[in-house]
Amino acid sequence: MMAVSEFLSRAELLKQGAEARVYRVQLLGRPTIVKERFPKLYRHPELDKKLTHRRTVQEVRSILRCRRAGIPAPSLYFVDYTSHCIFMEDVVNSCTVRDHIALLQRSDSPQQLEHLEHLAEQVGRLLAQMHDEDVIHGDLTTSNILLRAPGSGSGSELVLIDFGLSYISALPEDKGVDLYVLEKAFLSTHPHTEPLFEKLLQSYTCSSPRATAVINKLDEVRLRGRKRSMVG
Amino acid sequence: MTVVIGFEGSANKIGIGIIRDGEVLSNPRRTYITPPGQGFMPSDTARHHRAVILTVLKEALDQAGLKPADIDCVAYTKGPGMGAPLVTVALVARTVAQLWGKPLLGVNHCVGHIEMGRLITKANNPTVLYVSGGNTQVIAYSERRYRIFGETIDIAVGNCLDRFARVIKISNDPSPGYNIEQMAKKGSQYVELPYTVKGMDVSFSGILSYIEVSSAHKMLSSGQCTAEDLCFSLQETLFSMLVEITERAMAHCGSQEVLIVGGVGCNLRLQEMMDVMCKERGAKLFATDERFCIDNGAMIAQAGWEMFRSGHVTELKDSWITQRSLCLFTTWRTPWVI
Ligand SMILES: Nc1ncnc2c1ncn2[C@@H]1O[C@H](COP(=O)(O)OP(=O)(O)O)[C@@H](O)[C@H]1O
Ligand SMILES: [Mg+2]
Repeated sequence: MMAVSEFLSRAELLKQGAEARVYRVQLLGRPTIVKERFPKLYRHPELDKKLTHRRTVQEVRSILRCRRAGIPAPSLYFVDYTSHCIFMEDVVNSCTVRDHIALLQRSDSPQQLEHLEHLAEQVGRLLAQMHDEDVIHGDLTTSNILLRAPGSGSGSELVLIDFGLSYISALPEDKGVDLYVLEKAFLSTHPHTEPLFEKLLQSYTCSSPRATAVINKLDEVRLRGRKRSMVG
Repeated sequence: MTVVIGFEGSANKIGIGIIRDGEVLSNPRRTYITPPGQGFMPSDTARHHRAVILTVLKEALDQAGLKPADIDCVAYTKGPGMGAPLVTVALVARTVAQLWGKPLLGVNHCVGHIEMGRLITKANNPTVLYVSGGNTQVIAYSERRYRIFGETIDIAVGNCLDRFARVIKISNDPSPGYNIEQMAKKGSQYVELPYTVKGMDVSFSGILSYIEVSSAHKMLSSGQCTAEDLCFSLQETLFSMLVEITERAMAHCGSQEVLIVGGVGCNLRLQEMMDVMCKERGAKLFATDERFCIDNGAMIAQAGWEMFRSGHVTELKDSWITQRSLCLFTTWRTPWVI
């Protein structure tokens, strides 16, 4: 454990995300990302220990499950359960789908819409594949999907990351909520993209025989949200 | 100088406040308190508000040392909230606006909370955690709109606290949340409760059903833990979830400020936990005390002041109320400086 923290003290901090610090290092000559779930001092130590451990385990488990099914996620190099560090492949020459959408929206290329729609379809297809493996991501946002080799058109590939809140479930309800979380994050992050998200859902629907039940649940969850009374 | 009077009565508080260019001149309030084990019903709440509203109005004017002629605009809560109390208060606001010959302005309750928080704390562009009896939302302002990034997918945190208080018969005076907070200080044993976070959203119904489906009574009667321990564990669990989604929204939006508003926002343990999180990421926490966190008239006056100054008024025929809110609500202001 000492060794890991000493190693990280010299590493380049890439980002302090919502629940982890993300470092960029070289491990045996490979570009590597280290995701360190450090203790959160605001919460009760017992609760903190449980959550940190559970999330490290879930992240590893779901990445492996995806990779086994041929769904792109980073390769895992090494996990330290004492310091709660995951060492994984650095997806080099990549950017988040979030940044890429923002970039496309700002560009005035005549193919802007076409590129955006292509990307939305890719995301829809990928999520359908993931859900077909019964992986519920738990924190779907456009920041948690990377685009490898952006700009290279059809040669670009999506990579799913950040599985700390994920779990395994076959229930359409859980998959519907997963999409609901994405929908809200998507629309609040990228204004005026309702038709684009619709495309994403269409592609999701076409890509999985089990999608109809999920979309029905998504409609239910949306309706619940709208009906919720807001007193006080 | 612009003087706005604000009428708030969307839930069990009735408040009337007067604001003059950012200065709170008066802000009296009354709360409808129900016996332990009971929640407040719309018609009883409306009856309570009807009975005291004119007294509160007189207090507001007297404390401010103003006459109706000094008022420039009458603002009232148009929603979201409980229908019957909203109608009652809107009716009085409409009536005085016509009697005094002043313009009327319908204000969104959530926006009132946020604008009051910004006025009092001077927060510039915060990520807002809005937590009350009926609301649990993480809101940020971008592209001329308040946008909801995270929220509860079932019940509100205040509702969860209130219903927990009813299950173990904690007093509603002055509020269930306040009494839970005091009892929690005497609790020490941490009891694990369901913890459900989905991205930037939370779910509290699991905790509540865990507690309601006899767990609480079983744990208490078997001496496994005390009521104080349960209050402590409930707060630790609920507030950890709230801090976590706020932090996730901050990371997502790249924000370095947090503002807590709404009735649950005056809980000092929640503020303390949020502050630890903020310090750790080099961010700053802004919070207010119960005068402004809890529903009050000044917050409606303040939001009304901003709207009135930018040329908004509500015509009599448009002075409706609504029980629900739209997911996104546009605003009158130019974007916050980012
Ligand atoms: N394997 C990776 N390769 C390249 N960049 C990554 C990788 N993992 C994470 N990142 C970058 O770090 C950010 C935060 O990582 P993430 O796993 O999402 O942590 P958090 O839970 O803190 O959001 C991502 O949005 C992405 O920009
Ligand atoms: Mg992430």
